[in-house]
Amino acid sequence: MADVKLSGVHKYYGNVHAVRGVDLTIADGEFAVLVGPSGCGKSTLLRTIAGLEDPDDGTINIGGAVVNDLRPRERNIAMVFQNYALYPYLTVGENIAFGLRARKTPEIEIRKRVSEAAEMLGIGNFLQRYPRQLSGGQRQRVAIGRAIVRKADLFLFDEPLSNLDAQLRDEMRTEIKRLHHEITTTMIYVTHDQVEAMTLADRIVLLRDGLIEQQGAPLELFEQPRTGFVAGFLGSPSINLIPGILRTDNGGAAVAFQAGEGLNLPSAKARLLRGANGQQVLVGIRPQHFSRAGGGPLRDGVVPYSAVADLIQPTGTRTFTTIKIGGVDAVAELQAHDVSSHGERIDLAIDLNRVVLIDPASGLVIA
Amino acid sequence: MRIGKLPARKARILAVRYLGAGTVTLLFLFPVYWLFMISFKTPDEIYHVPPLWIPGQIQFSNYYVLFKDGDVLAILNSLIVAGVSSGIAIVLGTLCAYSLARFGTGGENLAMWIISQRMIPPIAVVFPIFLIYVYLGLVDGYFGLILLYTAFNLPYVIWMMRGYIVDVPLELEESALVDGLNRWEVIWKVVFPMVRPGLMATSVFTFVFAWNDFLFALVLTRTEVITFPVMLTHYFGGQSNFWAKIAAMSVLGTLPIFVAVSVMQRYLVRGISLGAVKG
Repeated sequence: MADVKLSGVHKYYGNVHAVRGVDLTIADGEFAVLVGPSGCGKSTLLRTIAGLEDPDDGTINIGGAVVNDLRPRERNIAMVFQNYALYPYLTVGENIAFGLRARKTPEIEIRKRVSEAAEMLGIGNFLQRYPRQLSGGQRQRVAIGRAIVRKADLFLFDEPLSNLDAQLRDEMRTEIKRLHHEITTTMIYVTHDQVEAMTLADRIVLLRDGLIEQQGAPLELFEQPRTGFVAGFLGSPSINLIPGILRTDNGGAAVAFQAGEGLNLPSAKARLLRGANGQQVLVGIRPQHFSRAGGGPLRDGVVPYSAVADLIQPTGTRTFTTIKIGGVDAVAELQAHDVSSHGERIDLAIDLNRVVLIDPASGLVIA
Repeated sequence: MRIGKLPARKARILAVRYLGAGTVTLLFLFPVYWLFMISFKTPDEIYHVPPLWIPGQIQFSNYYVLFKDGDVLAILNSLIVAGVSSGIAIVLGTLCAYSLARFGTGGENLAMWIISQRMIPPIAVVFPIFLIYVYLGLVDGYFGLILLYTAFNLPYVIWMMRGYIVDVPLELEESALVDGLNRWEVIWKVVFPMVRPGLMATSVFTFVFAWNDFLFALVLTRTEVITFPVMLTHYFGGQSNFWAKIAAMSVLGTLPIFVAVSVMQRYLVRGISLGAVKG
């Protein structure tokens, strides 16, 4: 068990500044997910914590000790790799025991821990087999087994589910979450998949261009993004961003789109926008905040909007419908049977209480 | 298609193929067959007209002479020189290759520069080497030949092993480093098992190179350390050729290669084809 503290970590690859001064504290027992688009430095950061890369600047502190000068094997960490990294010439049992043998653990203890781990992961029947005789999901279990038998202070996962098909990925995601509940070791998990990040994390650390863009609990990042990038990265389908111009007067505020359309903003938002009259903004509306208008009176902050359904993508539970707002395509997530045909005119209600307004110049959320 | 019986057309094609393959095989195997047969013949039988396909009786006097006169020591010399030099070249070369593959030692061009050493025509360097060896007193000894063959095999080993090592997924090594091994243990417990087929194939080739070398052995040896190819030439006389000795010695000299290739066959095929993909 250990906490992790990074301060001022920089990493260069030749001329590429991959990690540009990261400060990060991960509490003991926390499940932290490093997420971001490819090239954001998340894997580099993880490898730096593991000791597989040396930082060019800054300190890495695990369990209260600076480990910059320690080799990977001296950091008492366990790591699961994207391509499983199983030794093809060893059986499953020998693969799981590899780290324990390397550390000269007594053979009785090895056997006990291997069978415990295999039991926990449901691979007890495969111990005599070779990795090539296993499916992708089973191999990933073996890789996880190899990590948990070590009883390390810190678990690192480098995109462990990327090579699995969608269904298996859902299954393994659940297992990893359960595993964390059972063994409560600090875990740092790298992924580019925002669904994995949202579902697994106690805390999401969203990286962009080698810097932390925002960190916090999953729902905090989802509902209160600090930048347009965070708003756009989390959520599926992505948030709709519609360009417009702010109009404020007498404590009220509205956004005017091109072609004369506009939306009145709730008073809570209007209060934050005093003096911003005439400013260009991107209006961020999540697909989930659209609904079919019921005909009755609308709640505070909910505005009516009439649109024509263009593309219709039913998923079974929900139907994603592409409509035009302010001259741009936007996706509305409606009930399965809310819309039936292309070209149908639908009366929608948009919940603007959770709208985000982004300054297009700075990328920051202003309200 | 009926089970157990091919349609006539397919059967004909198959028959032609086997016939072709059989003919080619016979053509290639004939000299080997003839060599073996001569080694068992008596002098009369060797010069018999028309040639005898099979000796009257299998007799080993041709081999006996080689043992009695101590000529077989040449085989022993070859074994020592080829075995030790390939062993050293494999160990040193694999470590160099690891360094090139994983640490990028010497930049991008060092590997090419190293293999280019192997492209020098041996005849161009044999006399300078001879002069240096005379000066250093290395002529006609094991050490000189072992040193030379090691030097000549190293570039080949480095080049081949670099290709095999590059193919080992880096995560396997990184995982082992995290799990508690140091770099030497990683090479021994992870890289070595992963490249074993390539290593075996490369060993066979380095051994064969040293075993078959004639030029250097001829120039750099006199009386003390005569290797098998050089010994063979002693049987070609100005007046006559000792065909019986030539044949028996050739058979003895072929056996170690035959054994090595048979034992390593399973690795050879995999190793060579691995190298064909990348290397």
